[in-house]
Amino acid sequence: MIPELGHIALIIAFCLAIALTFLPMWGAARRNVSAMNVAPTLAVSVTLFVAIAFSLLTTSFLRDDFSVAVVAANSNSLLPPIFKFSAVWGNHEGSLLLWVLILSGWMSAVAFFSRGLPLIMVARVLSVMGFVAVGFLAFSLLTSNPFERLLPSTPLDGNDLNPLLQDPGLIIHPPLLYMGYVGLSVPFAFAIAALLGGRLDASWARWSRPWTNVAWGFLSLGIMLGSWWAYYELGWGGWWFWDPVENASFMPWLMGTALVHSLAVTEKRGVFRSWTVLLAIFAFSLSLLGTFLVRSGVLTSVHAFAADPERGLFILIFLALVVGGSLLLYAMRAPSVASRVFYTAISRESLLMVNNLAFTVATIVVLLGTLFPLVMDAFSLGKYSVGPPYFNAVFVPLMALVMPFMTVGPLSRWREDTVGRWLHELMVPGLAVVLLAALLGIFGDRDFNVWIALAVLLSGWVSLGVLRDFWRRVASGDGRMRWHRVSPSFLGMTAAHLGFAVVVLGAVVVTQLNEERDLRMAVGDVEELGGYRFELLEIGQSQGPNYAADFAVFEVTDAGQRIALLAPEKRRYFASGQVMTEAAIDASFWRDVYIALGEPIGDDAWAVRLQYKPMVRWLWLGGLMIGLGSLITVFDRRYRTQSARSESSAVGAVGFAG
Amino acid sequence: MHPLRKQRLIVVSLVVVLSSAAVGLVAFALRDNINLFYPPADVVAGKAPVDRNIRLGGMVVEGSIERSSTELDTTFWVTDYEASVAVRYSGILPDLFAEGEGVVAEGMLDDNGVLIATQVLAKHDENYMPPEVAAALEGKAALGEAAVLP
Repeated sequence: MIPELGHIALIIAFCLAIALTFLPMWGAARRNVSAMNVAPTLAVSVTLFVAIAFSLLTTSFLRDDFSVAVVAANSNSLLPPIFKFSAVWGNHEGSLLLWVLILSGWMSAVAFFSRGLPLIMVARVLSVMGFVAVGFLAFSLLTSNPFERLLPSTPLDGNDLNPLLQDPGLIIHPPLLYMGYVGLSVPFAFAIAALLGGRLDASWARWSRPWTNVAWGFLSLGIMLGSWWAYYELGWGGWWFWDPVENASFMPWLMGTALVHSLAVTEKRGVFRSWTVLLAIFAFSLSLLGTFLVRSGVLTSVHAFAADPERGLFILIFLALVVGGSLLLYAMRAPSVASRVFYTAISRESLLMVNNLAFTVATIVVLLGTLFPLVMDAFSLGKYSVGPPYFNAVFVPLMALVMPFMTVGPLSRWREDTVGRWLHELMVPGLAVVLLAALLGIFGDRDFNVWIALAVLLSGWVSLGVLRDFWRRVASGDGRMRWHRVSPSFLGMTAAHLGFAVVVLGAVVVTQLNEERDLRMAVGDVEELGGYRFELLEIGQSQGPNYAADFAVFEVTDAGQRIALLAPEKRRYFASGQVMTEAAIDASFWRDVYIALGEPIGDDAWAVRLQYKPMVRWLWLGGLMIGLGSLITVFDRRYRTQSARSESSAVGAVGFAG
Repeated sequence: MHPLRKQRLIVVSLVVVLSSAAVGLVAFALRDNINLFYPPADVVAGKAPVDRNIRLGGMVVEGSIERSSTELDTTFWVTDYEASVAVRYSGILPDLFAEGEGVVAEGMLDDNGVLIATQVLAKHDENYMPPEVAAALEGKAALGEAAVLP
């Protein structure tokens, strides 16, 4: 009974979403206030019914109802309850339902926090989001119904969740990533609404900006968590593979980075207006493309569940409809909103344009590398694969190109600035960082590494510049700190830019100084790596709730001092018979020690992978700074005034905390 | 010059410089870094290049995995039920690597027609088959049928 109720709730949500797509849009066209007024109510109702469907599916998982096909295929009575919960989105159908749930959640948030906006704008924005919801609800109902039953041949027990996904990382990684992915539908909806209304002014950018920052912040956090999960769960110790699925989430992020910066210019100065709209359309289109790539089964990956060509076709048609429709609208409306605001080459506008161009080009080269094999295959021109060397060769120089500008941008003036002022502001940090990079080369205890020196130079340049700017704003002549001048958006930008520098430094150092060895070890064997001594003390067997494991115990010592006892495991899961590597990691700020077991190779010996990874934590620390930095910008006072203008100022004061 | 025109000139020249730099980078990077996929039949027929990285995919032949007893070297045969190619790999194999299962190996062919693999990829769960392998095997034999050494 429960699955049927869930199915019905999903159908009701679908019907409500259709009403949301047409009714307020019609009202906006005819200036019919009552038709526009239903938009928030409809949006909240869609959320309610999707939430009911989602919780009923969750109930089926928790109650081990193996008559539901999805539960039977992805859960097991022995699966720990917390993983039964995350198994809801550890499969195609359930993850799609999560997609729709988060989309409708964003819809309700817009309905809730946009009461100060003109009614016609709210109606149009919610209608556009309703249309996206219709598309995905139809996709769920028609091609991937999560409530399909296996009657009468109900299996006694389930197939179990893929062991790779039985991990705390999976509980939060997909929801966070989807928050970002799907959140980009909000700036998209604002852009379409603005195009429809023909009013692309600074107020549009101000409304859209906090939503974009939040979505982009979540996307950053989601990508960071995915990288962390891959690092400890896949057992290779890699943190970024340029896997097409990673690229699928990375492309909207790159485009979103451009959008976040472009919106700043549009809001403050009213320029780049058409361009910003185009970026908003592209960012969401890339989210949809990512969904297509991941969910259609055209890719080989952990994220690709057993594929069905019908599903891929559905998303492809929907993608074509959204991209084609919005670009057509753009072509019809955009020229009429071109701006006539003046700025010079030496200005903050120009520097932000460098950011925009660099990130757009980066998106295009990643897109090219990701789609190239698929296009060649589709036209039967051979089965190619484009590997990490391609992506590194095109992506790394682009980022290196952006970094020098990252320091100048935040402290330069709008409209017109002078090179002399830039030199005056940045002479000290510039000299300091060159000195630092040089000293590191001369006095560092390792051989001079040109890439690390370059990374120190660029990251140091960005950090010192950002900190200098921060200091200039806070410090006053009389020695008192003026903390009130640090607005949430300024703090957020500082954190995000610092985070970027931290990621770059971590990425370069771990790539350059990483030490890794695959070898054969038996009990009593001793190996040296990265200045540490590894001794294999013991080999044994243990039992988990739904698996049996072989484990090995290693003692890691540094100059006779024990650093850690590490016990990597090799697990065999009962239900699927699948084997999983569980790496053991001793993590710290400056380095990780990473041990993974391969397979037994006779005479009580195991294939073992030892790794020493300096500064690998910096990657995720930096990612956290970028994500959180972006999230805190919404507490800025100027975004709150838009709601405060309405009668519900008490709610407005809470800001976007929800 | 009119300020608005000067502004456009800046935009256009920036776009031109950046995009040509990107095109150059892409062309340079694509030159060496795309790997073509070959089924074993093509490799045996001599259709695969010997001086560059290729990807080979198929099923691991039953009983063909040989491990060195002192090193981490492993040799195995990959088949598409038409022909088989030997693969040598030194290092830790993926968890789901096993006889009779789908595999993709990346590396260079040596003079004896053995693929010296730098990377071995297996599937991610037991129901999932890499699309290239599925396509290579299509119509060759029923999947899962025991393959024999040549």
